[in-house]
Amino acid sequence: MNDLIRTVLRDHGRLPVPMETLADSDDLYRAGMASHASVNVMLGLEDAFDVEFPDRMLTRGVFASVDAIAAALTELGLGAPA
Amino acid sequence: MLLGVPHRVGIDLIAVEDVAAALSAHGERYLARVYTDREVQDCAGPAGPDPLRLAARFAAKEATMKVLRPGDAAVPWPSVEVRRNPGGDVELALTGAAKALAEDAGLSGFAVSLTHDGAYAAAVVVADHAPTALQNQRCHVD
Repeated sequence: MNDLIRTVLRDHGRLPVPMETLADSDDLYRAGMASHASVNVMLGLEDAFDVEFPDRMLTRGVFASVDAIAAALTELGLGAPA
Repeated sequence: MLLGVPHRVGIDLIAVEDVAAALSAHGERYLARVYTDREVQDCAGPAGPDPLRLAARFAAKEATMKVLRPGDAAVPWPSVEVRRNPGGDVELALTGAAKALAEDAGLSGFAVSLTHDGAYAAAVVVADHAPTALQNQRCHVD
């Protein structure tokens, strides 16, 4: 799961640093992800995992790290994070 | 805006190409998750929604978030709406979670200003901040 999340972040996160330099627990906002990019990440994740994030999950924390995204996807019924 | 009342201010800058790319990649889903129907209508151009105007509205939404300071509360983007009046001026309308956050924080009198050129759009939002009696009590206790 985390590899696919990283692919989505690479494609949509517009991060100023390579994803390879970030740990799963690193804060993506501190790494330079803008709020608009987080919208793209959300939509990219929905495409990649065939899910829809409900309004209650549209918080800054849900998209703050690879680990946080994996936890959110797990809450949506996908497999446990690798 | 009330004189003698504390204020909160938020500002945001966004590259128009980022909005154009999101529109190209996600289309209607992007519009529906971020903008209200009225905003999309206000941004209508000959070839569809104008990324420049959408970008200005996104900047206003993010500037409003900086005023609201939601922490990790869920605030759907459409709950902050930029309304363009017939005279061309714009104003903010808060609904749902954004409205509730503003009321809880004692924020009112929101004012917004938008600007854009070919590459970037920006917005500034200001609001009166009059903490509620409960918040004052919390500050006193803390």
